[in-house]
This record gives sequence, C-alpha cells and structure tokens, in this order.
Amino acid sequence: MNNEYILSLIQQDKRVDERKFDEYRKIIIETNVSKNAEGSARCKIGDTEVIVGVKMNVGEPYPDSPDEGTIIVTAELSPIASPLFELGPPGSQATELARIVDRGIRESKAIDFKKLCVKEGEKIWMVFIDIYPLNDDGNLIDASVLATLTALKHAKFPKIENDKVLFGECSDKKLPLNKTPVTFTFGKIGDKILLDLNSKEESVIDSRLSVSVFEGNIHAMQKGGDKAISPEDVEKMVDIAIKKEKELRSMIK
Amino acid sequence: MASYDKRFSGRKFDDMREIEAKVGIIKRADGSALFKIGDTIAIAAVYGPRELHPRFLQNPETGILRCNYDMTSFSVPERKRPGPNRRGVEISLVTEKALLPVMELKQFANSVVDVFIEIVQANAGTRCAGISAAALALAHAGIPMKDLVAAISVGKVGGKVLIDLDKEEEDVEDATDIPIAMTGRKNEITLLQLDGNLTKKELVEAMKLAKQGCEKINKIQQKALKDAYKSEVE
Repeated sequence: MNNEYILSLIQQDKRVDERKFDEYRKIIIETNVSKNAEGSARCKIGDTEVIVGVKMNVGEPYPDSPDEGTIIVTAELSPIASPLFELGPPGSQATELARIVDRGIRESKAIDFKKLCVKEGEKIWMVFIDIYPLNDDGNLIDASVLATLTALKHAKFPKIENDKVLFGECSDKKLPLNKTPVTFTFGKIGDKILLDLNSKEESVIDSRLSVSVFEGNIHAMQKGGDKAISPEDVEKMVDIAIKKEKELRSMIK
Repeated sequence: MASYDKRFSGRKFDDMREIEAKVGIIKRADGSALFKIGDTIAIAAVYGPRELHPRFLQNPETGILRCNYDMTSFSVPERKRPGPNRRGVEISLVTEKALLPVMELKQFANSVVDVFIEIVQANAGTRCAGISAAALALAHAGIPMKDLVAAISVGKVGGKVLIDLDKEEEDVEDATDIPIAMTGRKNEITLLQLDGNLTKKELVEAMKLAKQGCEKINKIQQKALKDAYKSEVE
C-alpha cells in the first residue's frame, strides 16, 4: 500500500481501515501480564501492542524534595516490535515516548509523591515504569499511557523490612493513584485531523499532537511531526480530547 | 540439602512444567512465537532475510543469523536495568549457535536474519524457552530450516537428577543446571552448558531426560505451527 493511496483516501474522508477520523481501533487491556512486577498491563490498540511493568525500590530523596518519592519512566523500543527499531541505547523516539508518559502522570499529580515518602530526608519510594512495545502498528503513545495507568492502578508496594525491600513479596498496600489522565495523539494530514493513526498513516503525517487530559483539564502536550500546526487546530484537538476522555478512560479497568 | 525426595512443586523428577506454544503473536514481524513453560514466558520475533548493516559484516557466501536475547526490566523480582548486559550477550551468542546448525541460509548471500527474544516473565529456564520460541518464530517466518530445535534445562538438585528446574530449585545450594538444545529428528545437541558438579553417570542420565523433554517440546512446536496454518485456512 503506497503513501499516495493512503493520502487520496484521506482527502475523500476515508481511512485505509474504514474507520472514522476520530475513531480508535479496538482497545483491549489486560492486567497482571508479568508476575514479578509490582503491577503490569498489556494494551492492544488494533495490532499495536505495548506491555508496561511497574517495579519499586527505596532510594534517597532529592535534596529539594526530602519528603517526596518519584517516578522513573523508561521506554525500550526493542527491535522485536518493528523492522524500523534498532538495538542500542534508547534513541530520541524512545526518550520522547517515555517523557510524554512521565509528564502526563507527573504534571496531573496522578500520584501524590508525598505518599511515596518512607522516611523524610532519608528514604523514599522510586516507582519505575518500564514500557516495552511488542508490536508497533502506530500510536504507541496512547497505548503506552493506557498500559501505564492500568499497571499503576493495580500496583502494590513490595514488602519492606528494616528499610530493605523484600523483592518478590508484595504487600496489600496499593500504590495511590488519584487520577487517570489519558492521552490522545492526533495526526494532521493535509487539512484533516485523525485520531489513533496506524503505522501506515503515521508515515504520511504532516504534524502530530499529543494531549493529556483529566476532567477537562490539560496536563501535558507534545507536538511532533515536521510541519507547523495552527492554533485553531490545537483548539479543535483539545476539544475532541475533552469530549472523548471519559470514553477512553473507561477502558482502564 | 541432604536429600531431595519430593520436588517443591510436587512434580515428578521427569516432569516438565506446563508448556504453551503459539506462533504469529507479533503481526509486524516476518515470524513470531510465544513459548511459555510454567511461569517463564519467552517471545521471539524474526525479521528478514534483510540487508545487513554495517556492510563489512556481509558475507557473499551465505546469509547470517543474528540473535538477541533480552529480559524486560520487570521480568525478575528485583528490577533489571533495561538494555544489554554481559549475561544477555553470552546468551544471545549461544542461542545463535543453538539454531545455526539447522538453518539453510546459503541462498541469502549478504543478508541477515534477525531474531529478537524478549523474556516477559522469568522463573528459570529462560534461555531454553527463548531458543524454543526462536526456532518456532524462524519456522513461522518461512526461513528454510533442516529441522526444528527444542531446548530444556536439566540438572541435579539435592542429589537428584531432574528436568526443568524452576527458580526455587535453581537457588538450592549446589544445584547443577544444564541447559540443552536438540534438533527434532536426529536429537543432536546444539546447546550444552553446565554450571555445578556432577558425575558422568549423572550427566548421561540428565542427557537422557533432556532428550525426552526435547522430544515432547518438538511435538508441541509442530502442533503450534500446524495450528497456525489450520486457522489461516479456516
């Protein structure tokens, strides 16, 4: 399937898989996909598949926030997921993906970092969120956010004894997650705005915008793609995101 | 440990954990497979044959097989730092050598067949699960092969020779672990590693167990491949 064909369809308000422009592919979310993680989830959007694991450990707080824990988000774009991914240290795409997920959670205060404090000034919880795409058929960002939120929602603190973590033993205490800010990634192709682009559509985008929202508030945004975008388009995308946030959030169980 | 009369899991000494195998789990790849044994889950994807970069690695006589083994950071109780480490590099190498004897890559001069293995959940025997998954993924990709390869770990725990050690058994003091891979038809060994201490008699006994185990896995692999084509026809 060549790019011109995809573009000509879009100009006729059609998509290669016959979806509407603001329609997501089928979303399937599963929890507990890896037993040794404190929380884990799989999110499939169409053929796109991402697994996320949450691991926790105690560490020292930053000097400027002695009573706050922290999150560390990493994305591994393993070549298992796409012929375009290569081995090696995380590149710019992996780093951007991890940072978009990080900021959605951090800026919305979805996790109260003060509740991750073990002993002020000495010990805090570090929550590691590791994202592994297994199949890239586009829209890794939204899939990663959904998997991350689900994994966090089901995560339990490990047991701790004399400030030492007993790895492999989970307590009953759940990780406190106050909000679930979902992310919508839009693609602009010509003068059309599309949601949930598959990898073929992603290869012809002019620009991209990710919007993280919770109850009508915007918590993080990221523009991508090579071309500029108008303020009017940003408004349109935000409107769609706010209109659809409940529907997308309902996928997180 | 004085004597190990009954396994922690209640399994018989010649019993493997429950196995599940499936191909076609990663759509984007040319071939893919999942291999699950007990709580160990390995997935593998094959890309290729494709052009090999950097060019100086290309071989005008034959295609090259390249394997990469990796564990997800959350597959083990204490988080593993994402990315490669020395253990992974060695396992990638022995995995490659375990598969190479059955590969027919002559016709793919200057090309590479890439195999990526990811351990999603670990409870011992991950390299063997990875090899069994990789062989399936290669067959699923339609890469010419003389045979399939199956792998299983055997060993000795508390003086008893047994098959398919789980994590609890692997952690027993003086446990001996022997990962073995075998070809399906001729039962030739393509992977053999050993860590521990055992007599020749025990080794022979262990290899016999491995042969039985690999034969069972081979049947499960064949069924997974046939099932995939069956569902395609339907």
